[in-house]
Amino acid sequence: MSFFDSFFSRRQPPTSNVARDRLQILLSHERGSGGEGDTDLIRKLHKEILEVLSRHVAVDQDKVQVKLDRGQQYSTLEIDIEVPEELEKKKKKKHAS
Amino acid sequence: MAKIIVVTSGKGGVGKTTTTAALGAALARNGQNVAVIDFDVGLRNLDLVMGVERRVVFDLINVIQGDAKLSQALIRDKRCETLSILPASQTRDKDALTPEGVARVMEELKEKFDWILCDSPAGIERGAQLAMYHADHAVIVTNPEVSSVRDSDRIIGMLDSRTAHSEKGEQVEKHLLITRYDPARAARGEMLNIDDVLEILSVPLIGVIPESEDILKASNVGSPVTLSAPESACAHAYLEAARRLEGEKLEVTIPVEKRGLFDFLFKKRGA
Repeated sequence: MSFFDSFFSRRQPPTSNVARDRLQILLSHERGSGGEGDTDLIRKLHKEILEVLSRHVAVDQDKVQVKLDRGQQYSTLEIDIEVPEELEKKKKKKHAS
Repeated sequence: MAKIIVVTSGKGGVGKTTTTAALGAALARNGQNVAVIDFDVGLRNLDLVMGVERRVVFDLINVIQGDAKLSQALIRDKRCETLSILPASQTRDKDALTPEGVARVMEELKEKFDWILCDSPAGIERGAQLAMYHADHAVIVTNPEVSSVRDSDRIIGMLDSRTAHSEKGEQVEKHLLITRYDPARAARGEMLNIDDVLEILSVPLIGVIPESEDILKASNVGSPVTLSAPESACAHAYLEAARRLEGEKLEVTIPVEKRGLFDFLFKKRGA
């Protein structure tokens, strides 16, 4: 970068602002998933739900979502399981035969 | 009443050991009885930074397992007689640290000292958890850099949930210490500035240690920077941080860049 460039080039936004914004987004997400204990709880729930399910249906690991939202008034535990339709039918047929 | 302080960070290499040595020496210089303890079993370094590596006979694990008395393992600093060091074991496995053993050693230390500074290992595993468990105060060492700030946030979460105080529904008093701060780069927008870090972590600031050649020089000769170069800018910042730990209300001085007109005209500007 020459002397004149440094005077006349258009200023890019400072990288420190990029760092701050990235951190704020990341940490709000990481904190949202709850404290230390919650992360453990979610991991355990996820694992055990998968175990039970896999005895009966074939479910993808990422088709089971466990979310815990801690609020001031109340907290919600959200468990979302997506079951593959075809497998479900096959299973029923087997039982019928 | 003895106060237990953990010096922690999550991330490695941010200056925990340097800080433990510098703050320990700063408190001891004021005439207080201070013990600094290395919790980094297997990778001990506090002894080296404090310059007592050749005087280690027994260590923390020996005391925990009953092979040595606490008084046999404590090494008294030759420059400052109210400062003692309890080294970690270099050869043993970190599993040799037991919660009961650590609790017993802490009780015994509390009878003898005014301040007990625990140098935490990096990471969030067992060693780091044991180092923070008994703490009344936590000094969270953070570099103005994304990975360090993220790890500090994680450690703050653990301080709020996995310590003796938090289990009783109380709080560990947390203090943020920003190290390796380069005022020139922060002014140019190349480094997170202090306000950004404070806003993100929302922990009160106890000091800002400027990036300094004196830190490496001090560790080269095995002396806390607050003893070997007490007039340096970084030692000043540590000495002031120690006074804040003692409860003094003292405004934090943020290092500023010293620039002449020549620098102003010819230095690169912008990030």
